[in-house]
Amino acid sequence: MQVTEYKPKIVAFCCNWCSYAGADGAGSARLSYPEEVKIIRVPCSCRVNPMFILRAFQRGADGVIIAGCHPGDCHYTSGNYFTRRRMALLFSMLDYLGIERERTRVEWISAAEGAKFSKTMTEFCATVAALGENKRLEDLRCKK
Amino acid sequence: MQKMMEKRALELLADGTVSRVLGWSAGEFPYDMTPAVFETAEELQDGFVYNDFCGANLSKYLIKESRKEGKILVFLKPCDTYSFNQLLAEHRIIRDNIYVIGIECYGKADVEKLKAMGLEGITGIYMKDGEYTVETVYGSQTVKAYEAMAERCLACKSKKHVVYDELIGEDGEVVTDCNRFDMVEQLEAMTPEQRFAFWRGELSRCIRCNACRNVCPACSCEQCVFDNPNSGVAQKAAVNSFEENMFHIIRAFHVAGRCTDCGECSRVCPQNIPLHLLNRKFIKDMNAFYGEYQAGEDPDKKPPLGTYTLGDREA
Repeated sequence: MQVTEYKPKIVAFCCNWCSYAGADGAGSARLSYPEEVKIIRVPCSCRVNPMFILRAFQRGADGVIIAGCHPGDCHYTSGNYFTRRRMALLFSMLDYLGIERERTRVEWISAAEGAKFSKTMTEFCATVAALGENKRLEDLRCKK
Repeated sequence: MQKMMEKRALELLADGTVSRVLGWSAGEFPYDMTPAVFETAEELQDGFVYNDFCGANLSKYLIKESRKEGKILVFLKPCDTYSFNQLLAEHRIIRDNIYVIGIECYGKADVEKLKAMGLEGITGIYMKDGEYTVETVYGSQTVKAYEAMAERCLACKSKKHVVYDELIGEDGEVVTDCNRFDMVEQLEAMTPEQRFAFWRGELSRCIRCNACRNVCPACSCEQCVFDNPNSGVAQKAAVNSFEENMFHIIRAFHVAGRCTDCGECSRVCPQNIPLHLLNRKFIKDMNAFYGEYQAGEDPDKKPPLGTYTLGDREA
């Protein structure tokens, strides 16, 4: 019997103006990041409706990370400030319900920070992998 | 108290200040008080009831009622006035069409607690000197108020009316040592596994009757996400009992910053799920992260999720 190595499912919401370009930068610089990370491009980190995160967990994600522009650098002036407040509350609530705090994260990664992107994703993957599978919020109705 | 309220309502109806009265009437059972609108003096004399079972928050009914012809009189307990103010801030009710009478409140009884004590055939209740006298078909009995009071009243946050046109009874003060976050703190002290086990136990009982949403004064959207079949969280058969957790997380987040902690969600829950613990977690976090904020206290104050500062804590 072949034992396959456990690989976590990570969803990364990346802002089009910074982190998404940062991921591109990582590629140009030939810096790798784990294949488990599934990037979803959003126009702004603020576009991430808390329901997107819940939906990711519903469909079996093990960790969710939101990457946006550094505070003060938002393409739309203030989007990331709202993200920061919303996610602080949502992640605290998820923790309260028993979803470990380490499974959720907000990171500020600019377009020039390919190295940071690669490092953050590798680190986040390792953290989530250490926690193991997340079945707590899984909703079988959402399985296609 | 009921006599005073009825008398004042009749006066206001007679002199034409208001054309309708929003109050309570007896429901299926004498302890099951139901919000009701009275249009004439006769209806009021026959049906109007006010006692310590009248826990229902009447402010949400004003969304529809304040849009009808003529002015409506409403009786609001101190905690209900917070919901009223919040609805006002959200432009959901029309203030000019409402005449608010604030009524004093010393805590409403939880009929489930009385039943658990073995009381049967309950017909009435009144409070005196920290004791409820419960009238039953087998005679009356007195119980200590704190033993039979609803949880939300034991942790009452304010006995002060934040809005009213006139008062019946006395205005109280904001309760500063209400300890309403005690249970939240206990949960926070647990491990994630224990917390998950707790919430799984509680939320698995949910039958998704939507009573919490329907009664909630903050849940007043005309089009609700839970009614949208494409939202993924609309009503549909659950594969396992815990899947309704999404409904509760989303609902709690939707009312975050607008929830006045009136406790109606937990009161109406037929499965006795402590839903207020979700809302209180958000309130506690917002107080800790962004400074003290009580929804409904001051309609001109910006809600925590509608604003930001440059130095906010990192998520």
